Amino acid sequence: MRRSILVAIPVLGLAVMLQTSIVGRINLLNGAADLVLLILAAWGLQERVRNAWIWGTVAGLLVGFVSGVPWYVYLVGYLVVVGMARLLAHRVWQAPLLAMFTVTLIGTLVLLMLTYFDRSLFEMSLAFNLAFAQIILPSILLNLLLAIPVHALIRDLANRLYPAEVVS
Amino acid sequence: MKTSFPRSLQTVIIALVAVGLVALALGGYFNPVASWFTRLTIDAQTWISTRYLAVTDFLTVPRDLASLRQRNAELEVEVAQLQTQVIDLQQKVTETNILSALVDFARANPEYSYKAAAVIGLDPSPFLRYVIINIGSNQGILPGMPVVTDKGLVGRVDAVIAEAARVQLITDAASAVNVRLQSSDTEAMLVGSVTGDLSLDLISQDAAVTVGDVVLTSGLGGSYPPNLLVGQVVSVRKLDYELFQQAVIQPNVDFNQLGFLLVITNFAPVDIAPLIATPGP
Repeated sequence: MRRSILVAIPVLGLAVMLQTSIVGRINLLNGAADLVLLILAAWGLQERVRNAWIWGTVAGLLVGFVSGVPWYVYLVGYLVVVGMARLLAHRVWQAPLLAMFTVTLIGTLVLLMLTYFDRSLFEMSLAFNLAFAQIILPSILLNLLLAIPVHALIRDLANRLYPAEVVS
Repeated sequence: MKTSFPRSLQTVIIALVAVGLVALALGGYFNPVASWFTRLTIDAQTWISTRYLAVTDFLTVPRDLASLRQRNAELEVEVAQLQTQVIDLQQKVTETNILSALVDFARANPEYSYKAAAVIGLDPSPFLRYVIINIGSNQGILPGMPVVTDKGLVGRVDAVIAEAARVQLITDAASAVNVRLQSSDTEAMLVGSVTGDLSLDLISQDAAVTVGDVVLTSGLGGSYPPNLLVGQVVSVRKLDYELFQQAVIQPNVDFNQLGFLLVITNFAPVDIAPLIATPGP
């Protein structure tokens, strides 16, 4: 557990820095990819990984601290992503990319809908059609495009941290 | 029996033979022989010279190749360093130009105190239009301080930590700025949107709004200082059955290219929330 946290903080910290400085500037219409969400989805889908919930909590708090969105939105959104990933990891493990795409698609939708409802309820009314067409759909597409490389990188990281046990 | 010529006769005969040979040579009778001999000599010379050079090349070229490769590698490293320097200097020139423009703006508006800041990030959420700057409370930055560039109003400080701050841009959907149209002195409300477009709302139906009107902050509400440039009207929507006119604004600042900003540090925003009447029980 300690090793997982020790790895989570620098990896997710770097991901947040990349997200705010580079990934967030690559826009499709008004949508942007969410690197942290992709990392959490890929991490949660690794069979041997434990403590994915800790990664979700750390990521939610980190991004919630940086963003103008209330911290609980990202915390809940990322925990939903991790939960979904853990659920699918035990069911469709034969098709990891399919599971990655599913978690990315639904996770992005859930997180952005949570953000939309939070802003609509507590700050100002937003036109849903506009938000869906200009932000939510393009963000989902960008996340799906980045899903494969992020999954490959995180799988390598997981294999290094949790090597397969050799049965003699 | 021994026959012998006198010595002088021998000399005469040799001289005559020599003269005869010279005469034949001058007459061109030896040319075929001379050219055959010359060609043979040149061919031999060429063969020897070529073989010598080949042997010399064989012995010296490998050493030269190695030194050339080493030199090439050194030059490639030097070129890479120079290219890095060029890029660095180009970046510095760009930064200097931007900072120079900001200094000009500060000189033109001496009533305010400024702190320059660099944009180091964007908000992770695509729903929000916030930027993160590299100065914070340690540099005297407080929430609510207006942020500008030499082109005009950018937004205001939303949250502050020791060495960084988050700035809400005026293009954010939750942003609202009291503005006025310079030509008609008409008051209006500038609002952002999820797409980053700016529009004017709450313009009186009686006001004359035309395309090209310059939009400035009015200072009403106490959130922003007055007379900061915002942009220009690009289209107007006036419908008889609506209470107010609306207009689309082209901002003067390019919000996609924000690099350096100025925070106005001597402007204290006024919190008018306690003055707003709330409905009684």
